[in-house]
Amino acid sequence: MNEPALTINNLTKTYASGTVALQGVSLTIPAGDFFALLGPNGAGKTTIIGIVTGLVNKTSGDIKVFGDDITTSPEKAKTHIGLVGQEVNFNPFEKPFDIIVNQAGYYGIPRSIAIPRAEKLLKDLGLHEKRDQRAMTLSGGMKRRLMIARALVHEPKFLILDEPTAGVDVELRRSMWEYLKGLTAKGVTILLTTHYLEEAEQLCKHVAIINKGSIVASGTMAEILAMHDDNDPKDGAYRAGKLEEVFIKLTQN
Amino acid sequence: MARTAQENLKKYSLNSRKINMPLKSTWTSFYTILRKDVVRIFRIWPQTFLPSIVTSVLYFLVFGTIIGSQLGDFNGVSYIHFIIPGLVLLAVVTNAFTNTASTFFQAKFFSRNIDEILVSPTPPWVIIGGFVAGGMVRGILVGLLVLTVSVFFALPPLMHPFVILLFLILSSMIFALAGLVNGIYAKSFDGITIIPTFVLTPLIYLGGVFYSVASLPAIFKGFTLVNPIFYLVNGFRYGFLGFSDVSLSLSISVLLALTAILIAINWYLLRTGLGLKQ
Repeated sequence: MNEPALTINNLTKTYASGTVALQGVSLTIPAGDFFALLGPNGAGKTTIIGIVTGLVNKTSGDIKVFGDDITTSPEKAKTHIGLVGQEVNFNPFEKPFDIIVNQAGYYGIPRSIAIPRAEKLLKDLGLHEKRDQRAMTLSGGMKRRLMIARALVHEPKFLILDEPTAGVDVELRRSMWEYLKGLTAKGVTILLTTHYLEEAEQLCKHVAIINKGSIVASGTMAEILAMHDDNDPKDGAYRAGKLEEVFIKLTQN
Repeated sequence: MARTAQENLKKYSLNSRKINMPLKSTWTSFYTILRKDVVRIFRIWPQTFLPSIVTSVLYFLVFGTIIGSQLGDFNGVSYIHFIIPGLVLLAVVTNAFTNTASTFFQAKFFSRNIDEILVSPTPPWVIIGGFVAGGMVRGILVGLLVLTVSVFFALPPLMHPFVILLFLILSSMIFALAGLVNGIYAKSFDGITIIPTFVLTPLIYLGGVFYSVASLPAIFKGFTLVNPIFYLVNGFRYGFLGFSDVSLSLSISVLLALTAILIAINWYLLRTGLGLKQ
């Protein structure tokens, strides 16, 4: 039987300030899935991603990535993951080509293998002409694509995208969707967080909605959309997409 | 066909927390961290190499030539010969310390690109090794440049070249490790400027670079004996001049113990994420 890409069991996180970010989150993402983790700002999405990728310490709970426990086998679990974080976090003085090749190096991939991979990713993501310019000179959309290229250079089985299309124009966003669909077609599991709910609706097979550190709904996209009440909103106010209305219903106080 | 990182692991993994990454991949990670730092050191050479050379020229000129000419011999050598080992060491330790402290802190605090390494399977000891090796490269290169400059003021004797090499390695390693502790733990820019100014500089000036501990009153001698720079300076000076205020074996023992302590602190900080992770 295939191991799930991600298994989270009863995960809690309380920051040193006393803020309770996660309250017993449990979640399973099947291998090969395109999974949306949705929630309002501060709901705990980025904390979950931080813990899974080793950037944030958990308070309690268990996490396995393709069966490898992040506590007992952190190095092994990390080889499965590629992360596109919410904030741009590369050295702005470095060149895109070097950023990608160095990232491969941290995963133990020698330059002889990393260089052709970097060249291909730069071409695939429309960055090849900028390969030798300083990263600080790239546009916002190019920086996002560079982060995707960097996350893919070690050919991860599990790609985590934390609001990858924030601040990206419609045309570029749609081309990124196509690129991501292509990755799932090749078997890469994707975890996506986004505030563009139509994006999640278009792309994802499964969805979980988190609010105030707890999962309030989880299931297939069809199951979540079925929670929609056709009579909402009852006062005849503005009608959003189905997922958006379900989201608002589940996350409002 | 090129193997993926997972395939590499599958082939080599020993299913142990300690050795999850195959040796070849570990070497590649180490080499990547080191290479990136060395490229940076050479790219910004006016910031990394020039300041220590200019400072050393001033020290040699003022303390060695102008003031030194009015002083008598120290253990049978001229004052400028006496201070050359200490001044070379001063350049080594400040550069090794600054390199790791500032490189790590900037990656952590400003661009947050330290996450590139933290999300990867690179184990803490390889991160320590890569950053410390970068600091050592800069420290040793600057030290050799300062030594070359010193030749224009006084030709230093090289009594025990292997001792010089040993202390060059030890001094750069210890202060690169100390700089890394500073870089990991610092929570603000002040955190990496306070330590060099208020801790490192006094240790250097009170560590016997410019004087012999034999000439100090007993109370100051006591303070000097707990200063690690004192053991470095004396071992290094022994390599050049053949005499020292303390025995070579004591110096090496103290410095090896300090190295072990600093490695343990760095490993603990990276393993637990103290100063790095929320």
